[in-house]
Amino acid sequence: MFIIRTLSKLATFAFAAWGLAVLVPAAHAQQATEVQVTYSNGQFQPSDLKAPADKPLALRVKNLDTKAMEFESKSLRVEKVVAAKSEGVLNIRALKPGRYEFYDDFNEKARGALNVQ
Amino acid sequence: MLAALIIVFREVFEAGLIIGIILAVTRAVPRRNRWILAGVLGGALGACIVAAFAGALSRLFSGMGQELFNAAILGVAVVMLTWHNVWMARHGKELAADMRATGLAVADGSKSLLALAVVVGVAVLREGSEVALFLYGVVTTDGGSSESFAWGGFIGLALGAAVCLLTYQGLLRIPPRPLFKVTTVLISLLAAGMAAQAASFLERANWLTALDSIMWDTGWLLPDHSLLGRTLHTLVGYTDQPTGMQLAVYLSVLLITYLLMRLTGSRAPVMHAA
Repeated sequence: MFIIRTLSKLATFAFAAWGLAVLVPAAHAQQATEVQVTYSNGQFQPSDLKAPADKPLALRVKNLDTKAMEFESKSLRVEKVVAAKSEGVLNIRALKPGRYEFYDDFNEKARGALNVQ
Repeated sequence: MLAALIIVFREVFEAGLIIGIILAVTRAVPRRNRWILAGVLGGALGACIVAAFAGALSRLFSGMGQELFNAAILGVAVVMLTWHNVWMARHGKELAADMRATGLAVADGSKSLLALAVVVGVAVLREGSEVALFLYGVVTTDGGSSESFAWGGFIGLALGAAVCLLTYQGLLRIPPRPLFKVTTVLISLLAAGMAAQAASFLERANWLTALDSIMWDTGWLLPDHSLLGRTLHTLVGYTDQPTGMQLAVYLSVLLITYLLMRLTGSRAPVMHAA
């Protein structure tokens, strides 16, 4: 019984250690280009954004409305809730040139696109 | 009303599937309803707290608070699920024989239930906080239309409960002996999927940048946002564009679960006999 306990404790420890190793933050390889969009009165402004291709991006979403919104994009593979009167940053990996649409998941009338060139 | 219904249902759906599985896993354990209910209520309370402090949470860790919080609670759920499987590998047989035979088994049984209640709580917390934020925004700003929105939200919630019930009833159709195997596999895949999801949150926070190239794209066949895609995402961690790291984490959790179960499961009965 003692052996089993010890073994399972060791295994739990190994599992935890593995978890920590995975969690250690990696150095940022490349400085991200910041892109900003504002959300107010249920609309993105501007609704057409521009960004450079092949560079990691940091998309700052400022929500000026008094209710929360969820910035979501299937092609960018991001989603993030931005609380009322606050802002959120989304990290986006380097993109190929193209048009990437996004919207507010809580209000699908609000739409916009990121044009990557 | 329809918009509220769809948004609420989409969020509750995942929690419904998970609770359905956990209800099936614990079907034979006495007083399990109390534990699961505690998990649901605890998760709902947590969701309201998270929603209330959403802005503050977001600002933590240079704007990556939400991502890291999600990764952390998913990590907790993964540990709990894995621990449950390992515990069941050791005690499952005694438990099936007679739950009440030994006082120890009952005490340990509630330990395992606590782990699963935590998993339920995490599932409700993650999905519930978005629902709470959405509904709160609707209630505070759209005065007049809020009643019909509340109805939409309520129906969405009821549909989520129906998903939970269907999952549970469906699993109970499997006879008890194979059911134990099925739920063990389901819980392992659920844990691996959650671990991969935690990895994807860490990737979004830029905390995890190793092995970040996308391994394949099955979006043309089964997109993430389709109903089947979402179901498989919850159940087995399906994603149409996994990164190398997500895949590595997924496989590691499966391997670790298997090894831990072998380690504790096969030898314990022999030692007991001795």
